[in-house]
Amino acid sequence: MSFYKKDEDSGEAFSHLDKTTVIQEARVFNESPVKARHCRIILAKIIGLLYHGDTLSTKEATELFFGITKLFQSADPSLRQIVYLAIKELSGIAEDVIIITSSLMKDMQPKSEITNRANAIRALCRITDASMLQGIERFIKASIIDRSHQVSSASVISAYHLFRTAPGARDVIKRWSNEVQEALQAKSGGGLSSYLTSSSSQINVGTSNVVQYHALGLLYQLRQHDRMAVTKLVQALGPRSGGGLMGGGPTLKSPLAICMLIRCACRVMEEDASARQELYELLESYLRNKSDMVNFEAAKAICNLPDVTNRELYPAISVLQLFLSSPKATMRFAAIRALNTLAQHHPTAVAPCNIDMESLITDNNRSIATFAITTLLKTGNEASVDRLMKQIQSFMSEITDEFRCIVVAAVRSLALKFPAKQQVMLSFLSGVLRDEGGYEFKRSVVDAIFDMCKYIPDAKPAALSHLCEFIEDCEFSKLSARVLHFLGVEGPQMPNPTVYIRHIYNRVVLENAMVRAAAVSALAKFGVNCDDSEVKQSVRVLLTRCLDDRDDEVRDRAAMYVRTMEDQEVADHYVREDSSYSLAALERSLVEYCKNLEEAAEKPFDASAIPRVTREQEATETLRKCWHASTAASKGAGAAPAGSAGAKARAVDRQQVYAEQLEKVAEFASYGPLYHSTKPVALTESETEYVVSCVRHVFAEHIVFQFDCTNTINDQLLENVLVQMDALEISDEEALEPAASVPAPTLKFDEPGVAYVAFHRIDSTIYPSATFSCSLKFVVKDCDPSTGVPDAEGYEDEYQIEDVELATATYVTPTFLGDFDSVWRSLGDDNEAVETFALTALNSLQAAVTSVVEVLGLHPLQETVTPTSSAVHTLLLQGTFAGGAKVAARVRMTYAASSGVTMELAVRSDRDDVPMVMINAIA
Amino acid sequence: MLNRLWGEKEVRILILGLDGAGKTTILYRMQLGEVISTIPTIGFNMETVTYKNIKFQVWDLGGQTSIRPYWRCYYANTDAVIYVVDSCDRDRMSTSKEELMGMLEEEELRDSVLLVFANKQDMPGAMSEVEVTEALGLSALRNRTWTIYKTSAVKGQGLTEGLDWLVDIISQNKA
Repeated sequence: MSFYKKDEDSGEAFSHLDKTTVIQEARVFNESPVKARHCRIILAKIIGLLYHGDTLSTKEATELFFGITKLFQSADPSLRQIVYLAIKELSGIAEDVIIITSSLMKDMQPKSEITNRANAIRALCRITDASMLQGIERFIKASIIDRSHQVSSASVISAYHLFRTAPGARDVIKRWSNEVQEALQAKSGGGLSSYLTSSSSQINVGTSNVVQYHALGLLYQLRQHDRMAVTKLVQALGPRSGGGLMGGGPTLKSPLAICMLIRCACRVMEEDASARQELYELLESYLRNKSDMVNFEAAKAICNLPDVTNRELYPAISVLQLFLSSPKATMRFAAIRALNTLAQHHPTAVAPCNIDMESLITDNNRSIATFAITTLLKTGNEASVDRLMKQIQSFMSEITDEFRCIVVAAVRSLALKFPAKQQVMLSFLSGVLRDEGGYEFKRSVVDAIFDMCKYIPDAKPAALSHLCEFIEDCEFSKLSARVLHFLGVEGPQMPNPTVYIRHIYNRVVLENAMVRAAAVSALAKFGVNCDDSEVKQSVRVLLTRCLDDRDDEVRDRAAMYVRTMEDQEVADHYVREDSSYSLAALERSLVEYCKNLEEAAEKPFDASAIPRVTREQEATETLRKCWHASTAASKGAGAAPAGSAGAKARAVDRQQVYAEQLEKVAEFASYGPLYHSTKPVALTESETEYVVSCVRHVFAEHIVFQFDCTNTINDQLLENVLVQMDALEISDEEALEPAASVPAPTLKFDEPGVAYVAFHRIDSTIYPSATFSCSLKFVVKDCDPSTGVPDAEGYEDEYQIEDVELATATYVTPTFLGDFDSVWRSLGDDNEAVETFALTALNSLQAAVTSVVEVLGLHPLQETVTPTSSAVHTLLLQGTFAGGAKVAARVRMTYAASSGVTMELAVRSDRDDVPMVMINAIA
Repeated sequence: MLNRLWGEKEVRILILGLDGAGKTTILYRMQLGEVISTIPTIGFNMETVTYKNIKFQVWDLGGQTSIRPYWRCYYANTDAVIYVVDSCDRDRMSTSKEELMGMLEEEELRDSVLLVFANKQDMPGAMSEVEVTEALGLSALRNRTWTIYKTSAVKGQGLTEGLDWLVDIISQNKA
């Protein structure tokens, strides 16, 4: 006995478990009578093995499992508990686990002990599958509405997991909706102690209320694909004023359940703008709930609302502001983190909290302090920058790399916002670059300095010399190589390039092969791009020295560059490299080429068909991706109950995906590179028979309408699905001619298909706008509902969808070009158009901003999206037009109640026809 | 001395047979003395029954085709097998025989005694125990202690007689 006792107490037995030994020991399960205590320890060891990451083969697991089934003959309660656990752990590995079904069902009967019942249900749902579920359905339904909350919770949770893991079980589980609804009904609190450990006395969660949380989670799962049903669910459960319409609906008492409800509400608001006002009021009322958790969840939800206005934000921010001075660190952290995210897009709304945040800079918790200071950097004005920067410097060494990256990102955006302060920022960045730190941190600093060079010309000389200094002592070869490349690009344009050459050549002498190779390439750029013949000569000398390098790559590069420098034309082509292949397309073609080895052996790879992109295009593309990623990340920070990470990732590379899709269509092969694709627009309600959305693609002379169609009728197969587009209104009759119509060959139930319609712009200088009426034309074949086999004969049918518009905004790519003032100056006033408009119908500046952004399709600079005054505002916009021309627009607007919004629109571009096209878009 | 040891150990019994033969009903009739409503057993039921101061540990294994392969996992250390036959199910009598014979060939059951219950005698058209004996080919068994009783689990007939026989045989064997 003493031996076992020791095992149990020290836990030592579980750190050196041997699988074979444990399986040997498990033979004791077959003995009768059962040695409860001994078996318990062995079961613990088995579970321990699995938790340590050991794997059991199916055979081993099955053998153990059948051994465990014999332990049901013992009534020892502790043994039974661990038996349940072991069953759950083994259920995924062992075969034939249903053998335990009857035994578990006996344990979940009302006459068993409550803990046994709950645990038996959990185990039962792990071993059952869709086909068995029908047999035990009756019992689970009964336990969902059981009086005991443990039993009820266990059944609801088990149903929830089953619903997610066993798609076949969904139809059965959907039938339990009424029972789950009943479980949602608040039960009497019970004198049990708080389920959540919370020092705050105001949260008093009776354990029983947690059932509400579980039940709501399941109900949401059951209904999540039915928007109306979710909306109703949210409306029925929200707090009602004065009795309300729904009368007997349950009231949510559990704070966890309310948080869940808030998340559901956010989902509804995202999808259905018409519900927004009502649900906003719901969120706002939860700001006054007596639970902190609920207050915070509601405030965070409001902050994450799409296109939230300052007025809507106000109550949420007041709540967060209160939290900032809470004695509890978690609350302060939560609040400052939410404010930090919000400050990215709504700095003015957060500004009222500045004083509270200032006091958090000295907070003992460095994480809170970091967030406070980076938030202040976003909300602060130019005057406070110096003081804040000093304060940051003092604690940079005390925080972890992760937070240092956050600080660097904040400083970077601040530098771009206040170019005048670049000196302070740059000296800060170069200072932290000297500190100890990991790769990610160093990379973020180097990136920030690169950006400052790009967007703030004044900062360039100092920034480059800081970078030179950095590579003298950089432990990351990858970063050194990037910096060397950057020096190679920027250095030759500087007044005194020899300085950089010295630094670069030092690398050739001192570094590893990877860095040496990068340095050689950088040197060659000086040799080609510097006009000074002395410089050229000395570069040639240096490169010749590199010919003796002991690394092949370095030698090869040096040899190539020495030769190319002889010939200006070759040098221009290989060293200046102002255009490159579209990498994605190149990769695809190479993969294609390598697939057919025989053919490849005879014929060299033909690179001429691969589209080329200029460096500039590539850079804007990267910038666009970064921008997308950051907005997606800030959006993803809260609301969505189910993870939508996949959707975000898709958004980033949408353009890429479209380009690939379009390339596969033979009809579009001659259209050239894709300039730009718009966001998808829904052309049907999401619950209709056929769901269609439209994306517009702009090519040099063509417009392609892509219709993504989904057939939601499970007993129909659609064939040859065409979209018929008829112009209702068109700005210029002659300008567009139909070019192609590509049908979707088949549309099976729930499998999306794509149909295309393409138009040719006859005169490439005219950018027509038009409205088309659209309808789907197809052949319907009815399917046998049970087998899914379609009938041989079909019939033709037509389905009307909403109109599609081709507007000026379609031709515009919203892109960030750089600091507005410098872009505006560089475009000059040669191609400028100015026009004044009186928009009497609009009743606020915010409305004017929203509609101008929508109509022009340009990218608004974040800080100008939200008017700070109700009378005067300037909106700044940037983008590119039809694939190439840069466009910048400055919109000055005033508002008076009597006359509405008066607006002066000034557009500049590097192409002469563009400003007028943009102006006409408003007119 | 032997008696005392004997008293401590439980007698392990398996109840086997095709699905719908009445195994679960028999188990609970023996344990609770009443007829309960049952559903097809997925897996097994395990109960302890005390009869004449002897503790029987009774395992009732599900009879569905899909579950029969698992019977063998529970053969070890079995003192007796109660094989239940639905006396009205003439069509499946041959299947029942196959299962029984397959089971008796198992090494682990070499020393177990066999008690056959020709169940559902309360139903019209039930086969007699002689007919069942013949249909199952029991007379051909060698080296096996066996007997057959006609029973009705619903009416409670024949079960005690069967158990009495078991008690007798087992005490003889152990003594």
